[in-house]
Amino acid sequence: MIEVKNLCKTFKVYKRKQGLNEAFKSLFTRKYETVHALKNVSFSIEEGEMVGYIGPNGAGKSTTIKIMSGILNPDDGQCIINGRTPWKDRINHVKDIGVVFGQRSQLWWDVPVSDSFSLIKDIYKVPQNKYERNIKELTELLNIGDIIKTPTRQLSLGQRMRCEIAASLIHSPKILFLDEPTIGLDSISKISVREFIKNINKERKTTVILTTHDTQDLEALTKRIILIGKGRVLLDGQLDDLKEKFSTERTLILNYYGDLDKVCNGLIIREKYDGRAVIEVDTSIISVSDSIGYLSSKVNIIDIQVSSTTVEDVVVGLYKEYKI
Amino acid sequence: MISYWSFFKIRFINGLQYRAAAYAGVVTQFAWGFMYIMLYHSFYRSNPSAISMNISELSSYIWLQQSFLALFMTWFLDEEIFESISSGNVAYEMCRPLNIYNMWFAKNCAIRVSRAILRCFPILIFASFLPETYKFYGPASIYSFMLFLISVVIGTMVVVAYCMLIYIFTFYTISSVGIRMTMVMTADFFAGGLVPLPLLPEYLTKFIYLSPFAAMQNTPFRIYTGGIPVNEAVKSIILQLFWAVVLILVGKFILSRAIKRVIVQGG
Repeated sequence: MIEVKNLCKTFKVYKRKQGLNEAFKSLFTRKYETVHALKNVSFSIEEGEMVGYIGPNGAGKSTTIKIMSGILNPDDGQCIINGRTPWKDRINHVKDIGVVFGQRSQLWWDVPVSDSFSLIKDIYKVPQNKYERNIKELTELLNIGDIIKTPTRQLSLGQRMRCEIAASLIHSPKILFLDEPTIGLDSISKISVREFIKNINKERKTTVILTTHDTQDLEALTKRIILIGKGRVLLDGQLDDLKEKFSTERTLILNYYGDLDKVCNGLIIREKYDGRAVIEVDTSIISVSDSIGYLSSKVNIIDIQVSSTTVEDVVVGLYKEYKI
Repeated sequence: MISYWSFFKIRFINGLQYRAAAYAGVVTQFAWGFMYIMLYHSFYRSNPSAISMNISELSSYIWLQQSFLALFMTWFLDEEIFESISSGNVAYEMCRPLNIYNMWFAKNCAIRVSRAILRCFPILIFASFLPETYKFYGPASIYSFMLFLISVVIGTMVVVAYCMLIYIFTFYTISSVGIRMTMVMTADFFAGGLVPLPLLPEYLTKFIYLSPFAAMQNTPFRIYTGGIPVNEAVKSIILQLFWAVVLILVGKFILSRAIKRVIVQGG
């Protein structure tokens, strides 16, 4: 479905030091640095997959999305999506894809959202009955029935984002690129957006590629993640495997009476206050139930909380591991 | 084609919404029209023989110019396009299965036509009731009028195609101010926006008449007033058509180059 091979892209970034003098100098000689936004990026994605594309800021995520959606031309490399190269056959390619850039708007600022929808319908030549069916489904699922008659400029960010996502699906694309779709949304909007994306992926078999900094998005949505850093693909794997990898450590949070000075091998006291301790358990040495047994034999436990690895831990672990 | 048409439609409807702006526009254009005509009147009074355009022709020219300002002024640019290029929002437009040149062209035509339609009739109707020599006169003949209509359409295309170049150059310069000033001032002068072309010295006009600038407002207005007689009008219209095609092709070519090196500003 999507085949990306050895994609490279460089940008020129103009540099100048602050100050009037420097500004004057730069009138005559401009210094720039070449930034390698992407270096030999390769991966492939099957139809119906939902992939999280993650990496720190400036890693090249958005650049990859923009190349895959036909906006940017790469310097080198191949990208075949549905048998087409996006930047060579842009117009035919974009008929099959939907794109949401979380930081930009595709809706018309001054007109009601429904007008933007009908313009998009005309642009993609969506037949009337299919359009009506799609709009009905999208407005129900995203719960935007009440707001599509409002001009875009009067919508809140969360409302607008839901409309943006609906707008990108009016032409029933086979592939959906979401570039930080939950940026700046409140918890309820986030959950409804996630539910919706999941649903679309399941019902319509839409391939979804998602970039995000929100680890809960990944947890809720994706099975597979591709980690990119400094323009390279560092890791491409199943989220569950990664969780496994980073889950040798569990944390116990303990409220207790008594003295807890020493603990057995495999337990490390991370934090200790009066009657409360945070203990890390190395599960390769001692199991969680054994350590609870051990601790309850030492002190009188009032309350205990076991936390497992979250995707947050995985991502932080990965960033640390790859030093990005 | 349908998609470009709906682009035109939504923009056109959008443009018709701004009635207050249109009323204000009508009043402004009246003020300018009077100012120009009175200015020329005083010139004519001092030495009528020195001027190669008679006063009634000039009055009609000025009224046409004021009422069709939205069609022919190159400074009537679409801020949205500049905005989208310099902010990077152009990314969304490139995700549409449309030719960007055609899309922007349709959009620009729509804005111009909607504004001109709201403004032209009050000005022209009122101006035709003004006293002799100040008034807006009827067309030189029925043929002139028909040729005028054709010429207005092609002239608008020349103007829009020229403005497209301004938008496209913004891909290279980020800030559009410099290129806009230069190109708009050049066009305004050579198209006869400041001073009607027949009033310029002949050693200039013989070149200007062949340029795309003369194909903008000069040709249609002077066909209407009879300044360009019917037998020459056809030749002028062919020249207009030539420039429209050339400017569109050049624009399309540069845009296709610009898109290859497009950088989406702002991440």
